Amino acid sequence: MDWAYFLQQLINGLTLGAIYGLIAIGYTMVYGIIGMINFAHGEIYMIGAFHSLITFLICQAAGISGILPLTLLLMLFVSMVLTSIYGWGVERVAYRPLRGSFRLAALISAIGMSIFLQNFVQISQGARVKPMQPLIEGGITMMKSANFDVQLSYMQIIIIVLTFVLMVVFSTLIAKTSLGRAQRACEQDRTMAGLLGVNVDRTISTTFVMGAALASVAGMMVTLYYGVIDFYIGFLAGVKAFTAAVLGGIGSLPGAMLGGLLIGLIEAFWSGYLTIEYKDVATFGILVLVLIFRPWGLLGKPEVEKV
Amino acid sequence: MSSAFASSRTSGSEIVKELAFFAVIALLMSVMILGVETVDRPTGLELAVRWDLVLIAIGSTVIGRLALIIRREGISRLVQALMITLAAVCVFEMFVRFRDMDDRWASPVVLDMAVGSFTSIVVTVCFLAIVFAIAYFSMKEKSAVVVDESTKISSKIQVAYRSNTKKIGLIGIIFFFIFPLIFGENRSAIDLATLVMIYIMLGWGLNIVVGLAGLLDLGYVAFYAVGAYSYALLSQNFDLSFWLCLPLAGIFAASFGIILGFPVLRLRGDYLAIVTLGFGEIIRVILINWYDLTGGPDGISSIERPSFFGLAEFSRRVPEGSIGFGDLMGIEYSSMHRLIFLYYLILILALVTNFVTMRLRKLPIGRAWEALREDEIACRSLGINPTNTKLSAFAIGAMFGGFAGAFFATRQGFISPESFTFLESAVILAIVVMGGMGSQIGVVLAAVVMIGFPEMFRELAEYRMLIFGAGMVAIMLWRPRGLLSFRDPTILLNMSKKEKVAGEAK
Repeated sequence: MDWAYFLQQLINGLTLGAIYGLIAIGYTMVYGIIGMINFAHGEIYMIGAFHSLITFLICQAAGISGILPLTLLLMLFVSMVLTSIYGWGVERVAYRPLRGSFRLAALISAIGMSIFLQNFVQISQGARVKPMQPLIEGGITMMKSANFDVQLSYMQIIIIVLTFVLMVVFSTLIAKTSLGRAQRACEQDRTMAGLLGVNVDRTISTTFVMGAALASVAGMMVTLYYGVIDFYIGFLAGVKAFTAAVLGGIGSLPGAMLGGLLIGLIEAFWSGYLTIEYKDVATFGILVLVLIFRPWGLLGKPEVEKV
Repeated sequence: MSSAFASSRTSGSEIVKELAFFAVIALLMSVMILGVETVDRPTGLELAVRWDLVLIAIGSTVIGRLALIIRREGISRLVQALMITLAAVCVFEMFVRFRDMDDRWASPVVLDMAVGSFTSIVVTVCFLAIVFAIAYFSMKEKSAVVVDESTKISSKIQVAYRSNTKKIGLIGIIFFFIFPLIFGENRSAIDLATLVMIYIMLGWGLNIVVGLAGLLDLGYVAFYAVGAYSYALLSQNFDLSFWLCLPLAGIFAASFGIILGFPVLRLRGDYLAIVTLGFGEIIRVILINWYDLTGGPDGISSIERPSFFGLAEFSRRVPEGSIGFGDLMGIEYSSMHRLIFLYYLILILALVTNFVTMRLRKLPIGRAWEALREDEIACRSLGINPTNTKLSAFAIGAMFGGFAGAFFATRQGFISPESFTFLESAVILAIVVMGGMGSQIGVVLAAVVMIGFPEMFRELAEYRMLIFGAGMVAIMLWRPRGLLSFRDPTILLNMSKKEKVAGEAK
């Protein structure tokens, strides 16, 4: 077995998995708190990618794209802020009026929102693939074998480190702050939390904003990592990220990250060792297997059936 | 509108604050996605600025919000209608500017239209009048109280609908039967009606799974694809006729339903949804990549058209040994014959679906589906086997999907994985949910709204899907339980149906 090749796939898989994980957190938080699949979340991620691309182009036009750290920080900041507002707006328009209503209504409304956002970006930004020159080049050669050098690019390091940092920040936010406490309270019992003085509407809005912010970071990383985006990237990424959230146990933050990493690794290894065409089949196949034998996911708690 | 605000009047400064807040939100949402366009140049991407769109977006948001505030505060509906008209004009402006991106900073389009010729003035005034009228009459006089979905008028319609379901159904069937007689020469009308009918059939098929058995299936298009590909492959490789393949396609799709359903049907709710979505995608990926069998992304072309029950052919040049439809009937050849035949074929297939569903509802299995939808634990305690019951719903739903798929293949003469994307599943599910789950007539209504209208507005081109998505959200907000919400169990204990209806109307 060629260990160098294995290591390379591992690195690629972790990078991809980090991106899926960041999107999956948005799904898992929203599902945890209001129990619905936020189908438009994939589009939020796509909008985040577009925001970061446009910010970069503005930086370039303003002539500050030479200062790399400043450009990156601007991209991160602007994209997070603007995309969060989309998350907020989607919740406000399409989900809040349907809260407490018929469950499928919210799902259809979410699918409608997803179609709307996709076409909105397609019309306003064009249907063509948007290329972007690589900003961060180079990397470290980790291992040399006879016919293969293992490359860990700086971009991959940034992605993995940034994901890790965000995970720590958000876990602390949820575990330690009063906002996180409110979120956990709403997750357990919305009515009771409201009676005890938690502003339920605001807490749910914040959850959407947080999810959208993380998705926008994922969007920015994809823009930088692959260098091409289009209006359609949200759908597949969204489905896979939701798969990751279910795989890890929906409602669980570490679960979402774990699920994301697993999906990323499965994809990377499947395309590396078997066929690249059927990588999506592998992803969904694993999902089906996990759900059959462990329906509550890897880190989730089994749901007790109540009458 | 939140009812929290309804109790007291808001002061002027609060209104200004609220408006400013939404203006900022609109600014931030549109500043990049709308305000800056990325243009492809040989040297890379470049930016083009279009602040006018941002201004219009902010304008329409503020005016729309103002209309909501006015509505909340209970000011006369004349003012409200004016506000909504203004917001609509703003949105219209945005659409038109999107289309003719060249003349930036031109004068408002509506104004341009009005200062032109006499007819354009009339058209503009009519447009404004229609928007105004819709806004005026959809408003309630003083709506400080938030009115729920069941307002008086709509509940009257509901009662009328419920007590006359059979008559409405009969009128509908008669209308669809004489439709080709009215529009006999209009090729596009027949085509559109056939397309709507396909979706009605798919909606009725999925209604068994979602509406009756309560299983959320996001991958229904997989069975549609299986039906289409099994007809196409059987007819191309084994030279079987459409009439033989139709039942085979149904059987294939049903067996797929069983194979797919068996492992996953014990999952509940959203888990089932995501797994079925996954299966839909798997089928599509396989269709794209199994090049030797399915032709990959190129699809399968020149699929055989159906004959007139094996008696006659519809083509102009009739092959040796068979006769043309015109000759058989003693009428002149016309290319419309095939279209009309296809229309009647799908109409009958759809009616069969409907008939079978209605009968199944009255059988023990149908009762078990509905019971399972309402309470799974109670069902289990009463000795209903949930897996078998769900599986039967899944398989029967899949079978009708397969029939529709075979029909689709023979109508188009060409199929490719493009036709079986997730969007199709979403549209079919939306038809079922919007129709009001479990309501057969609701499915017809929703299919006409969702498929018929967008097809009629083909010239809107790329805005079609945008409006489609927005429409899905709007209909759900307007009537969360569907256009014809209707979810009574078929039988009720100690209560006749009419009494129940009368009781609900009060």
